[in-house]
Amino acid sequence: MIFIDTLAQGMLLGGLYALFAAGLSLVFGIMRLVNLAHGDLIILAAYLILTVATVTGLHPFVAVIIAAPLMFGFGWLLQTHLLNRVLGNDILPPLLVTFGLSVVIQNGLLSTFTADSQKLTAGTIEAASVDLGVVTLGVMPVLTFGSAVLVIFALNQLFYRTALGRAFRATSDDAVTAQLMGIRPQQVFAMATGIAMVVATIAALYLGTRANFDPSIGPARLLYAFEAVIIGGLGSLWGTLAGGIVIGLAQAIGASINPEWQILSGHIAFVLVLLIRPRGLFPRAND
Amino acid sequence: MSRSLAPLIALFALAVLYALPAIAPRAMVQDLFGILTLLVLAMNWNLLAGFAGLVSVGQQAFVGIGAYAMFAAIILMGLDPLVGVVIGGIAAAIFAIPMAFFAFRLNGAYFAIGTWVVADIARLAISQWKALGGGTGTSLPKGTAKEMAFVDGIKEMLDVSTAAAADALTYWLMLSLAVAMLVASYVFLRSRMGLGLQAIRDNENAARSVGVDPLKLKAAVFLLTAFATGLCGALAFIQITRVTPDAAFSVIDWTAFVIFITVIGGIGTLPGPIVGVVVFYALQRALADYGTIYLIVLGCLGIAVMLFARRGLWGLFTDRTGIDPLPLRHRPPRAATPSHSA
Repeated sequence: MIFIDTLAQGMLLGGLYALFAAGLSLVFGIMRLVNLAHGDLIILAAYLILTVATVTGLHPFVAVIIAAPLMFGFGWLLQTHLLNRVLGNDILPPLLVTFGLSVVIQNGLLSTFTADSQKLTAGTIEAASVDLGVVTLGVMPVLTFGSAVLVIFALNQLFYRTALGRAFRATSDDAVTAQLMGIRPQQVFAMATGIAMVVATIAALYLGTRANFDPSIGPARLLYAFEAVIIGGLGSLWGTLAGGIVIGLAQAIGASINPEWQILSGHIAFVLVLLIRPRGLFPRAND
Repeated sequence: MSRSLAPLIALFALAVLYALPAIAPRAMVQDLFGILTLLVLAMNWNLLAGFAGLVSVGQQAFVGIGAYAMFAAIILMGLDPLVGVVIGGIAAAIFAIPMAFFAFRLNGAYFAIGTWVVADIARLAISQWKALGGGTGTSLPKGTAKEMAFVDGIKEMLDVSTAAAADALTYWLMLSLAVAMLVASYVFLRSRMGLGLQAIRDNENAARSVGVDPLKLKAAVFLLTAFATGLCGALAFIQITRVTPDAAFSVIDWTAFVIFITVIGGIGTLPGPIVGVVVFYALQRALADYGTIYLIVLGCLGIAVMLFARRGLWGLFTDRTGIDPLPLRHRPPRAATPSHSA
């Protein structure tokens, strides 16, 4: 019985990791950019929600509606003013610029909000649970997982059912030819990063209501997100959800044996998957 | 003129650096030890990222493993710390073999995060090593420095305390490691293998077509830099005397600083790390009272360099002046008998 409970908790935790990973996956799929600041951007979004909620007195779930467009704008500006300048065949400049950004965001948050742990308070929903007979699940983890499924479904719809999605796919396949068809890759990239930041804000909402956060925890979230993307297979959004679940399950099982092994088990699952299936569970893209 | 003068200046500077423990206060020797540590790490990272195209964010793995292997050699096996340092280097190189096997599966940019994950695995695994204190770490046994080889001799020679003599010894070793790295990098990059490496960096397909094996060369560089990074880490922690998983595997201390130093000084240039470390030290001194501001400035500087001057300060300098005391370019062979080439 405890084992089934562990599996359920692990799977729901995977939903959170899928939310961390979806933005990373989207940006990489469209512009082959590996954003080393992704984890810190999620933490930045968490602080933004916290600030909005504190200033206006709104519930975090409402504050996110104000924070998300702000993060979209931030992502847009980041892409048009910084990242677009360093995209190209050389992988070094985008990596080093996003790494620099990661350090700047981390320390910017540290000097603004101090190193104290913060938490988004969502009220009674935090402790609410549903009894399913076999297992009892927390409402928040279920909500997190549901949101992850919804976000990935929405991104897939956007990708395959809209004109913007067509532009995304066209630019991803061949930016030069897309340009001939009247698509401006720079604009498409800015849109993609903006959307990735909206997803990051949703991830931040659940990160902040489930547990404490402080400015230093960004890089660890980047690692989980990255593992989920690679396990799922590059270019597959549903794969990213599967990857998140694998990491979540591995961490939950590891933690149930010895709490010190939680993170380590996730990493080891990642290494094992990569050794057995070098291109992930559901490979689509070639790189 | 500059070509004949430069080696003389370099030799003089080197002589002063070696004489420093005899003429300067101990605090200065310790300061310089820290700078040299970063310089050695930066030269290694520069070889990886600037020349082999391997952008590793997992160098802290080698520093940490070098440090822990050295502590294990002293505490668990009772060996001399200097033997421990060599063991540290070897342990890091051995760890690099499975790490390369794994990380090389990840293309280009994903290699960066892959190495970071492996470093995190190493940190978490070492936290489970109870004999060396687990997550809280451990200290060198009291009197380790006193019993280190050569310390007695240095003590008499310089007429200083045991601690200062140990500092002088580790300082000389780190300085020698830095000089050895510089010379070895120069010789390596000018060699056939180095030429192959730069050919891969500039155009991998063209390099393959003339018989260069990218995987072999990159793996060789990865292992060699792991060894040197491990040595450096072990040596650094002799002076720190206390090791914890978080300190030994710190991504900020052992990788982020190193990346910024190399990028600001000039990635893909040999003197780049030296220039970068000087700038870094000046910044650290100037902004010491402002805490986190200093890291923000460092990050912004790194970003600015990538946007406006990709080969860093040294690249700017050689472009403007045309002076390059350590050129890596090979002159094209002169046509021996031009008259026949009609």
